[in-house]
Amino acid sequence: MARVSLDGIRKVYGSTEVIKGVDIDIADGEFCVFVGPSGCGKSTLLRMIAGLEDISGGTLTIGERVVNDLPPKDRSIAMVFQSYAIFPHMTVRENLAFGLTIAKAPKAEKDAKVAEAARILKMEHLLERRPSQLSGGQRQRVAIGRAIVRHPGVFLFDEPLSNLDAALRVDMRMELAKLHADLGATMIYVTHDQVEAMTLADKIVVLDAGVVQQIGSPLDLYHRPANLFVAGFIGSPKMNLLEARVEGVDATSVKLASADLGTLVLPRANAAVSRGDEVVVGLRPHHLGTSGSQQIGGKVKLVERLGNETLAALTLASGQQLIAALPGDVDVSIGEDLRLAPQPERASLFLSSGAAVN
Amino acid sequence: MASKFTRSNRIGWLMAGPAALLIAVFVVLPFIFAIGLSFTNQRLISPNPTEFVGLANYEQLLGIGMLTLEPERDASGAVLRDADGAPKYPTLRSVTRNNPDLPQFAGMREWFSFQLGEHPTYVLARDVVFMKAIVNTFIFVLVVAPVQAGLALVLALLINQRLRGINLFRAIYFMPVVVSIVVVSLLWRFIYDGSSGLLNNLLGALSFGAFPKIDWLGNPSTALGAIIAMSIWQAVGFHMVIWLSGLQTISPSLYEAAAIEGSSKWQVFRYVTWPGLRNTAVLILIVITMQAFALFSQIDVMTGGGPLDSTQTIVFQAVERGYGKQDISGGSTISVILFVIVFSISLIQRYLTREKQ
Repeated sequence: MARVSLDGIRKVYGSTEVIKGVDIDIADGEFCVFVGPSGCGKSTLLRMIAGLEDISGGTLTIGERVVNDLPPKDRSIAMVFQSYAIFPHMTVRENLAFGLTIAKAPKAEKDAKVAEAARILKMEHLLERRPSQLSGGQRQRVAIGRAIVRHPGVFLFDEPLSNLDAALRVDMRMELAKLHADLGATMIYVTHDQVEAMTLADKIVVLDAGVVQQIGSPLDLYHRPANLFVAGFIGSPKMNLLEARVEGVDATSVKLASADLGTLVLPRANAAVSRGDEVVVGLRPHHLGTSGSQQIGGKVKLVERLGNETLAALTLASGQQLIAALPGDVDVSIGEDLRLAPQPERASLFLSSGAAVN
Repeated sequence: MASKFTRSNRIGWLMAGPAALLIAVFVVLPFIFAIGLSFTNQRLISPNPTEFVGLANYEQLLGIGMLTLEPERDASGAVLRDADGAPKYPTLRSVTRNNPDLPQFAGMREWFSFQLGEHPTYVLARDVVFMKAIVNTFIFVLVVAPVQAGLALVLALLINQRLRGINLFRAIYFMPVVVSIVVVSLLWRFIYDGSSGLLNNLLGALSFGAFPKIDWLGNPSTALGAIIAMSIWQAVGFHMVIWLSGLQTISPSLYEAAAIEGSSKWQVFRYVTWPGLRNTAVLILIVITMQAFALFSQIDVMTGGGPLDSTQTIVFQAVERGYGKQDISGGSTISVILFVIVFSISLIQRYLTREKQ
């Protein structure tokens, strides 16, 4: 069990800086997810924690030790790879015991630890098989088992579910959550899938272009995104972002206007904007309903019926698209004019620079 | 859209046709001819009609016998002794020439002999030169296969690194493969030269003249070794490239997993690299074995089978006999024997290196 702390961590390849000074504190036993689009540096950051990439600057602490210059095996970490990275010529048992074999541990200790990992992952019956005889989910379980056998302070997961099919991914996601609850170990998990991030994390770190965009609990990020990037990245379908101008501000509300919105009054106390500012208002598709006092009108361009909800894409007056997720099976058809009511108290407001208005 | 090209079987055959025809005419047909001719007495140019001779050619090449000589005795049964008191034995000639009592040894010559108990035992061969060729070829294969494969693997591991200018090293090691073996053999004849060769000069300089000059190719005890060394050097780059391709199929994440578990360099090789090279190893072993059995050009250019038949090889014998002595049936027989040897060894290697379930 260990606390992980990144302090001003930087990574430079030649003259390109890919991680630009990252500060993250991960508490003991916390499940922390690094999420971001591909190329944002999240995997590089994880590999730096693992010791597979050199740290160009800053301080990395695991437990109470600064581990910047320690080799991976001395960092008290275990890593699970996207490609499983289990040894194809070894049986499951040999794979699980690999770390103990190379450390020349006695056989009794090996057997005990392998049995324990196999019990935790419910794969006692697979121990004598070879990886080629396993399904993708079973292979990933072997990789996780190999990590468990190490008894690490920190588990590192590098997109562990990306190679699995959708149904299996949901199962494994639940198993990982359960594993975290059972082991109580610190886990750092990298993914580009925001559903995995939302469901697994105690704490999400959103990264873009090597910079931390926001750190917070899943619902924090969902309800109070710190900037336009986080607003657009977290949540599915994406948050609708509409430009508007501030028409008036008082102690309890902000009045916005634009061609698309008409006028929209947000109930906000002491908003840090002034009349005439260009702003962006964020409306979640799930926060748009068909009844309410203020309304936005548009022409329906596309309807997707998922059974439990209906996704409607509207074209607004300015030509911008607005997506609404309406509960249940709503009777709308393409070409129809639809009026939607936002919930102003749940709207997000951003300055044109991208930062959220609090 | 599937074009006529990819759908039509006829076009496929048409495209494969020229190559298939060439292979049929120059590989398959000669192979069948060789098997057929090995049962006849066909000569390259001869006025006599060809006759079927059954297995006589094989018997002539492979016939061996073992003979233990009894000492000569007088009428009373006492062993005759020479002036030193050693028992007197009949000459070998009296057994193998015009001896109606032992027709099975007729025409054979001594291959080698040893003392079994108190009497000398002779191993006789109908064709001693061919026997030497077989032994030399096997020595060549047994040395070249492991040494060349091992050396190639070491080179492959060395050049499988991200270093500045690594392609230069790859090119240097691969260069001998591109040069014709005949040219390489000619050059190495100069290197091995007995009086002013590069190797002698080098050894002399390094030992301040203490190392005696050796005629590497003219000495029966060094000639085969010299050819082995040069052959290993010449083709090692080719196998290095095959190893390299095998190395690059191993997933980098396996190395990372091993690093996280704290493997030493040797453990990484033992548990990740070597198991990942399994199929490559089988391929390389079989390819080197087959190439080594086909040893010919080096012999032809450098020693011509000498000195004292110390560098005779199977293929050299086949060519020598078929074209040198115009004995096509004998040459064909040797080719068939070589085919059987290489084929069985490949099968054995495949069996030994099979994937165990």
